[in-house]
Amino acid sequence: MHQPGQKLNGSEIFFECLRREHVDYIFGYPGGSLLKVYETLHDVEDIKHILVRHEQGATHMAEGYARATGRPGVVLVTSGPGATNTVTGIANAYMDSTPMVVFTGQVPSTLIGNDAFQEADIVGITRPITKHNFLVKDVRDLASTIRKAFYLATTGRPGPVLVDMPKDVLAAECVFEWPESVDIRGFKPTFKCHANQVSKAAKMISKAKRPLLYVGGGVVTAGASEALLKLAAEQQIPVTMTLQGLGAFPGDHPLSMGMLGMHGTFWANQAVSNCDLLIAVGARFDDRVTGKIDTFATQALKIHNDIDPTNVDKNVKVDLPVVGDSKDFVESLLNELPKTKEDRSAWLAEIEAWRRQCPLDYTVEKDSLKTEFVIDEISRQTKGHAVIVTDVGQHQMWTSQYYKFTEPRSIVTSGGLGTMGFGLPATIGAAFGVTDRPVITICGDGGLMMNIQELVTAVYHKLPIKIFLMNNSYLGMVRQWQELFHKEKYSFTDLEASNPDFVKVAEAFGCRATSADNPEAARKAISDALAYNDGPMLVDFRVVRKDMVFPMVPAGGSISDMLLARLNPKTMV
Amino acid sequence: MKHLISVLVENKFGTLNRVAAMFSARGFNLESISIGETEDPEVSRMTIVTRGEDRIISQVLKQLNRLVDTIKVTDLTHQPHVERELLLMSLKLSKSTQHEIFELSNVFKGKVVDIKQKSITIEVIGSPDKINTAIDMFRPFGIRELARSGAVAIHRGDS
Repeated sequence: MHQPGQKLNGSEIFFECLRREHVDYIFGYPGGSLLKVYETLHDVEDIKHILVRHEQGATHMAEGYARATGRPGVVLVTSGPGATNTVTGIANAYMDSTPMVVFTGQVPSTLIGNDAFQEADIVGITRPITKHNFLVKDVRDLASTIRKAFYLATTGRPGPVLVDMPKDVLAAECVFEWPESVDIRGFKPTFKCHANQVSKAAKMISKAKRPLLYVGGGVVTAGASEALLKLAAEQQIPVTMTLQGLGAFPGDHPLSMGMLGMHGTFWANQAVSNCDLLIAVGARFDDRVTGKIDTFATQALKIHNDIDPTNVDKNVKVDLPVVGDSKDFVESLLNELPKTKEDRSAWLAEIEAWRRQCPLDYTVEKDSLKTEFVIDEISRQTKGHAVIVTDVGQHQMWTSQYYKFTEPRSIVTSGGLGTMGFGLPATIGAAFGVTDRPVITICGDGGLMMNIQELVTAVYHKLPIKIFLMNNSYLGMVRQWQELFHKEKYSFTDLEASNPDFVKVAEAFGCRATSADNPEAARKAISDALAYNDGPMLVDFRVVRKDMVFPMVPAGGSISDMLLARLNPKTMV
Repeated sequence: MKHLISVLVENKFGTLNRVAAMFSARGFNLESISIGETEDPEVSRMTIVTRGEDRIISQVLKQLNRLVDTIKVTDLTHQPHVERELLLMSLKLSKSTQHEIFELSNVFKGKVVDIKQKSITIEVIGSPDKINTAIDMFRPFGIRELARSGAVAIHRGDS
């Protein structure tokens, strides 16, 4: 370790900065503009570099790592194509507010703008999908820029930050100085919630007859879960969660109502539509949650706590905005509110009636396999204690319905951007960060193929991840919409004729693999996979092909008006 | 309605792009934008003219604030302020119109900044409304080219 005051080159400074930011893993891929960095890296032992097989994989790994651990994910890629390959992963992290710092090599500063070999204006390209980004033009600015990048990525509403580093800057020398503190005059997030707003919120809660907590990823980020549990229990307020909020409140708690929105539970959506007070905490009224805005929670007064003021009044007009950290908000409420004297049993009974009216349900048949059953079984065998990483599509929604997440940072999923191909690399990233719980991908056959190259990374590092493939040989969610809303024109969603044999593919990568096509075999495959810890294991679950995710709110529909089961498409308008 | 927003930003490359790109990415209206250095060379002032209902304007202000390179965002619309725009306009010139053009220019406290046999260039400074009126009034003479700076604005008074 070098000390401040020493003369170092840019690459050495780079690693000194990462050390001071307590980085333990970098997900990266070398290239021309980064040769100096990789030369230095050769002798670095305390920071582990994970070689990916595609730069998109690196970004999803960094995100999986960040979401599972709460620490920022770090990516290192070369200029031009290396940099542009990170775009989807950066956009994904931006939409889901994941702390991530992406370092890109750049052509020498003298060549910037000349259409040089492997040049891309990555700062320009990623401006709208990063929280902020930097081009370092002078080695003397490198350390302070990296310091700022980590600060920005992790402070307030987290997000990805990109630092572009020209080749000559990485080779140039200067005296290394590490700024002990960061002060960015244009970046001062509000942590402390305004006391008046909290008091007003407390009054609204104590008056409410039918209150409902609607909590999102902000609760997980803020570490507010414990306080939330206390608040809900003391005040007898039921809790519904967004996709990113799953695990913020224990899914097996009597007050938990599971997810709300498009594929949320019937009872959660009914509760939203019938509550008289909706308390949104660290959630952003996404269109997948609200459905048709005009009919969303029309009977309710709305309180909205979010650390990002732009989220307030963006989609839904609220009655009481409370800008600030969600942990501060919930803890302040706990201080303000005496244990409730309101009898909320009638409200809870009403919800219970909705739950009984339309429970989540599926049928089990002896010789065919349903995704719902597989996920339910994974939930049972892991006791809701695993880190579950999903890809995007039907299996993702079934996971949100049937896996009982019991603690925060248990679900890693691409929510905002809906990036197919996210699952496998994000699982790998999560497995580097989390070693005391099983780390499991639940993915589909479409998404798995999008980043299957990263199987190499998992095999090489002997990561004990479980790749649970829900293989229906369809792009299932698109197929579902085609069946329901597009005249059953199954354009380019049937993969049966083109899919590979996934067991053989996995084995060719050196990954243990098996398949299962009935409940008994599935049960055994899951327990075998959970018992195997010498490397990754893939299970190809041959699930029924044309299953659909219900309940469902059709896009643009009202959440009080869900499709509960398959309708005959011919009777639909 | 029309809003006049003054934004202090870091005087760094790419800042204008960040602001303009945010407007286009979020579908906000951007009628004019002008930028220049302030008394502090590390800080620039942007003056933005935009239109929208209150809910949209409140989003515009919050999204501007959210950018890391913005230091201070002020909606001047309902505060005492001075707003000015510069118009440079080249007109067709002939013996018969010369007199009238000069007279009209005086009405707008304009300045002749260039004159040739067949053309005259006039400078007018004023509120964007005044500039609009000036353009309308000069139009019959035949506008050859025109350039507007976009509004710049500043608080009036001590605050």
